[in-house]
Amino acid sequence: METALKSYLAAQEKKSLLRFLTCGSVDDGKSTLIGRLLYDSKLLFEDHLAALERDSRKFGTAGDDIDFALLVDGLEAEREQGITIDVAYRFFATDKRKFIVADTPGHEQYTRNMATGASNSELAVLLVDARKGVLTQTRRHAAIVSLLGIRHVILAVNKIDLVGYSQSVFENIADEFDDFAAHLGFLSRVAVPVSARFGDNVIAKSPNTPWYGGAPLLAVLETVDVDSALADKPFRLPVQWVNRPDLDFRGFSGTIVSGRVKVGDAVAVVPSGRSSRVTRIVTMDGDLAEAQAGEAVTLLLADEVDISRGDVLCAAGARAEVSDQFAAQLIWMAEEGLLPGRQYLLKLASATAPAQITALKHKLDVNTLDRLAAKTLRLNEIGNVNLSLARPLAFDPYTENRDMGGFVLIDRFTNATVGAGMIEFGLRRATNVHWQALDVNKAARSALKHQKPAVLWFTGLSGSGKSTLANIVERTLLADGRHTYLLDGDNVRHGLNRDLGFTDADRVENIRRVAETAKLFVDAGLIVLVSFISPFRSERRMARELMGEGEFVEIFVDTPLEVCIARDPKGLYQKARTGAIKNFTGIDSPYEPPEHAEIVLETVGFDPATEAAKIVAYLAQHGFIA
Amino acid sequence: MSVIPHLRRLEAESIHIMREVAAEFANPVMLYSIGKDSSVMLHLAQKAFYPSKPPFPLLHVDTTWKFREMIAFRDATAQRLGLKLLVYINEEGLARGINPIDSGSLLHTQVMKTEALKQALDKYGFDAAFGGARRDEEKSRAKERVFSFRSAAHAWDPKNQRPELWRVYNTRIAKGESIRVFPLSNWTELDVWQYILAENIPVVPLYFAEKRPVVERDGTLILVDDERLKLRPGEAVEERMVRFRTLGCYPLTGAIESSAATVEEIVAEMFTARTSERQGRLIDSDERASMEKKKREGYF
Repeated sequence: METALKSYLAAQEKKSLLRFLTCGSVDDGKSTLIGRLLYDSKLLFEDHLAALERDSRKFGTAGDDIDFALLVDGLEAEREQGITIDVAYRFFATDKRKFIVADTPGHEQYTRNMATGASNSELAVLLVDARKGVLTQTRRHAAIVSLLGIRHVILAVNKIDLVGYSQSVFENIADEFDDFAAHLGFLSRVAVPVSARFGDNVIAKSPNTPWYGGAPLLAVLETVDVDSALADKPFRLPVQWVNRPDLDFRGFSGTIVSGRVKVGDAVAVVPSGRSSRVTRIVTMDGDLAEAQAGEAVTLLLADEVDISRGDVLCAAGARAEVSDQFAAQLIWMAEEGLLPGRQYLLKLASATAPAQITALKHKLDVNTLDRLAAKTLRLNEIGNVNLSLARPLAFDPYTENRDMGGFVLIDRFTNATVGAGMIEFGLRRATNVHWQALDVNKAARSALKHQKPAVLWFTGLSGSGKSTLANIVERTLLADGRHTYLLDGDNVRHGLNRDLGFTDADRVENIRRVAETAKLFVDAGLIVLVSFISPFRSERRMARELMGEGEFVEIFVDTPLEVCIARDPKGLYQKARTGAIKNFTGIDSPYEPPEHAEIVLETVGFDPATEAAKIVAYLAQHGFIA
Repeated sequence: MSVIPHLRRLEAESIHIMREVAAEFANPVMLYSIGKDSSVMLHLAQKAFYPSKPPFPLLHVDTTWKFREMIAFRDATAQRLGLKLLVYINEEGLARGINPIDSGSLLHTQVMKTEALKQALDKYGFDAAFGGARRDEEKSRAKERVFSFRSAAHAWDPKNQRPELWRVYNTRIAKGESIRVFPLSNWTELDVWQYILAENIPVVPLYFAEKRPVVERDGTLILVDDERLKLRPGEAVEERMVRFRTLGCYPLTGAIESSAATVEEIVAEMFTARTSERQGRLIDSDERASMEKKKREGYF
């Protein structure tokens, strides 16, 4: 046993690892195929097999036979409905390779789970039911795996037994897929006729398909070369954590995502552009002279350089790009559609930054690969977008480096992951349009006016009293010799925002323009009063983040909806209730009240002049007016 | 012996995950269950932050029915590594007399493990908790994300998990919510033992075969670890050469007959193993899909 064990462990050392996913339409037999692979490669334990036989009798769809799908469909809802909802990971090994399989769902509504499985895979096994051929979902999955950078695909034409092991059926499907997939950039495409249920061409060549000259599925999986030569690309280490056990040690911990690094190498910190030299590569097993892609290490540098989480250490001679604007492919993953202009959080490698979609150039018709015009992306749609970030980040194009070009978008309020993106290139516009340095600045302008500029942002329902209050405040300030400007929602819609309607997307853009305008007026040294319903928290936050520290004063005019409806100064609620106006805040569009407004005013039973005086008092207390 | 490349990949992935947690959460904790997976997880944590110590405490939810050797190993390990160890016991459950023998494994696990864990997480306000679970262990675990979101009530919603792409983990939560983090998600049982062998990681001696006093009950070999295990009519204590593939509460954990007394021999035994490690866990077979049910209620 001793020698057997040694030779076994020696054999293990030579094994490579392949991560692949199975995908394809519903009922094409993905889970059954994985079950078959595990079963035939004798990787099922007896107690699992016993449970499987028990479950097959109870839930199975394979008659008296074992239903292999029940091996992988682990959630109760999946077993009851006989479908795969979420990606399951399975592990098996042959004498040649170790495998991690992501079994991904076929239903369109679970496409985001399929993308989760694809993001870490090197190869895709795409299943087709021989009786149905290439379906929309087959094309969708082929397009998504291509988009996620998978360069190797095996088309498994399953249930070949149900078409009488027909060569022509197989070849027609393989040809149809080839026509579609030719444009998707795969380096290798192999078609295999299989029956997952009966095991034809899964582990061994089947006598039922003598016309098939290729290798069985497992042999293809064992031999396909997926080496992406990550270690030969330029050195990148996104800093995850600064390691400071004591004052004498300041290490930068992270995973090398590409390239290699040696002690003595010159490295650059991106985005700051500062450079230094590697003095030590530290691990608990001792210092290394060299480390390469895939290793998690801690680097020490020769100079005291300001480096924090989110920075990327790069080869000094081949730095990552830096930009605050990107073109990217985006897969939308939330029930609530994408809103161009809304601020999301973007997470790329170890960096997180506020970001918004500035343009939705087109969306992809996955069936035809045609580009269609679009105003929004809905759940599972794929689009080509431009993004603008609140600060510049280091990146590489996704096709060069998945870790440096793959990002997720997070909703700032639900914290849900709403999108996954792949950077194509940085937009030069941002890199080359530098800020014009001006001699006369905000401080100089406001000093002349003896005031500190600010935005007084009035939010509340239509009819809550925002404009009334804003008017009184502005009159008071003017009488006091202050320089002001009032931006009113209704007035702005007659000019600057005349082209916008009242859909969620237009409301977001409406607020973005007003916030940018207010910002310019603040820069001019004015106290700006903004009176807008501005129903969404995320847009008010976006406006807040545009301004300098302390410049944004959010005033929540907290009047109950019933009171606003009773007041109805412009007759709008009446129209909204009869359906004459759509998307009216409070009626058929939500209002999200502020959680941390600087000032909250109630108007019921209070005199507007008294309430307005509170705002002026706030400005005096906080030094905006002396 | 040098670490093999496959294990190096798994090791780096786990370290990456741990560093993300340390960087992004305010108050993380590592669930330490004393078993082999916890031993590997703890070893990886030391590597991830070296030369610093792991920037989080260990938490052991003690049902008071763990093997005595486990408790001794736990205390020795925390002391050897100089780590802060929190031990939490559901005192209310203890006062109610909940125990695995009379209350049944289901109620015992619910009160002394799941409820106790939730109480402990609430008491200390942890926003992230590492667990040593692996996807190859059980079907519902095979479906779980590495960063697995829990509601303020500690519930898992398996039908609505956050997409998780590449190595980019969404760590954002609202107050009261938390994330369970599984750095060993992609390890298999064999990987764990090979790594223990390669890295010479200490594990509880119960994993190694030895003559131990056991009683055969409902087809399972139960170690007579202390006087609380009362013999039923017809039962007799025998000395048998046994070891454990998995460790839990001793009356709920079956031993296997084995002569594997070293890590090498355990790896060798795994070539020929025809049952999964969780087979010895009586709590899993209580009802079909029981792990998913427990997880939805807050179990690890």
